[in-house]
Amino acid sequence: MDLITFKIILVVSLFALSLGVAAYSTWGERKVAAILQDRIGPNRAGPFGILQPLADGGKLFFKEGFVPQGADRFLFYVGPALTMFISLITGAVIPWGKSLSIGGSSFDIQVANIDVGVLYLIGMVSIGVYGMMIGGWASNNKYSLIGAIRASSQMISYELAMGLSLLSIILMAGSLDLNVITGSQGTGKIWGFIPADGMNWNIFYQPLAFIIFFVAAMAETNRHPFDLPECESELVNGYMTEYSSMNFGQYMFGEYVNMFISNALIVTLFFGGFNYPGINWVGENWGENIAGVLSIFAMLFKVIIGILIFMWIRWTIPRFRYDQLMHLGWKTLIPLALANLVITAAVIVFFTN
Amino acid sequence: MEKLYLPEILKGMAITMRHALEGPKGKVYSYPEQEKPRTKFWRGLHVLKRDEEGRERCTACGLCAVVCPAEAITMTAAERTRDEKHLYREEKYASVYEINMLRCIFCGLCEEACPKSAIYLTDRLVDVETNRGSFVYGKDKLVEKINERVDITARQSELQKKTVK
Repeated sequence: MDLITFKIILVVSLFALSLGVAAYSTWGERKVAAILQDRIGPNRAGPFGILQPLADGGKLFFKEGFVPQGADRFLFYVGPALTMFISLITGAVIPWGKSLSIGGSSFDIQVANIDVGVLYLIGMVSIGVYGMMIGGWASNNKYSLIGAIRASSQMISYELAMGLSLLSIILMAGSLDLNVITGSQGTGKIWGFIPADGMNWNIFYQPLAFIIFFVAAMAETNRHPFDLPECESELVNGYMTEYSSMNFGQYMFGEYVNMFISNALIVTLFFGGFNYPGINWVGENWGENIAGVLSIFAMLFKVIIGILIFMWIRWTIPRFRYDQLMHLGWKTLIPLALANLVITAAVIVFFTN
Repeated sequence: MEKLYLPEILKGMAITMRHALEGPKGKVYSYPEQEKPRTKFWRGLHVLKRDEEGRERCTACGLCAVVCPAEAITMTAAERTRDEKHLYREEKYASVYEINMLRCIFCGLCEEACPKSAIYLTDRLVDVETNRGSFVYGKDKLVEKINERVDITARQSELQKKTVK
């Protein structure tokens, strides 16, 4: 099997995986919300309500999709499509598994092994702001516009904190390549002396950066408690008010795919990506394929736990007010991230001397 | 330190996790497999009762329609002929008696106002219908069948139980 075939298979399966996880995130969200609120979630559509996303998707397809009067037709369709597109292609640089050896040659389970992976991710997240701005503008509704402007200001404030906390990880790993960052978390000893096979995760070195990045990722995906742009009681859906049927479905799905990819990113950078305890031992004794398949499962397991934690936080905390949100982004997270960066740089210089 | 929000957030998350682990604690009734237990005086679907001999008690006096705050009850009176003596108690009866279930607020004032103890509210639920017209219940749905009497003794006072036949 040559590289092109493998990459095509990988792209298609990644696309299907992203959409599948996004669809079942809606089911999981309702179930988790129900369990946290002392009730049972959807349990009528199939056992445990497994077929509920199909019903939701079907409902969205059958609704009437109209364009409001005076709205810009082209931009109206482009907005949600852009959000979905950006969310999906961000998953291309994340390493999903160690490696698979098919037909004698070893393939990395990563669609695009570029050596500026982190820069690509930050860039894509920045373009994601466009999706909401265009959506809010094209609706010809001043309240949607207000929602869109609030959304975009929130997103650009938290991008800075995200980027700065990423810098400490890059300083440690020495490269922007996500494969190198994940690989460096699979070998070595924790803090230099605790022997652990495949558990040399970055969270043991950078807990503060993890907290900052986690909070910034929640703000980036417009997730509670930062979901002022799409809060359902203040701005009726913010920039999504005028959308119906599959247009709205694309915004909603785009948000869940964004959440999935953000979690994958958090896992890659801080929790060792596809490394699980014992990965090197399995790689030597049982072969590369088994280690690769197990690493895919480990990665997905960690991502799903991250998604569950996102949902758990959503149903626990009340929403931030707009000025509190901005205060947190600019006056709290950025100084903390800068301090973290300075400390990391100092420690690196100190220990390599 | 409190401005860091984190300790409060973690405490909140512990509360929700505790709720998640303890389960619904018996507060969830999966209708229609489980019915929610109602009180003795729960006001549900109406019933027009018959007396011991099987004659309808309602005389179409109109007091229930007058007292109804939602104006849900309408009726048309008719005179009893000689052949219908076994069907109705007095000479006046209701030929058409309709309650609009969409307007009814289930307050029970009609039950309190009736001088003949003819109308009571039971603990049955109003069924689902697919159009607005089907919600206007006529005598066919409200009058109890002769063989399947609806038991409302739990709602009656001691005096009522002795005097009403």
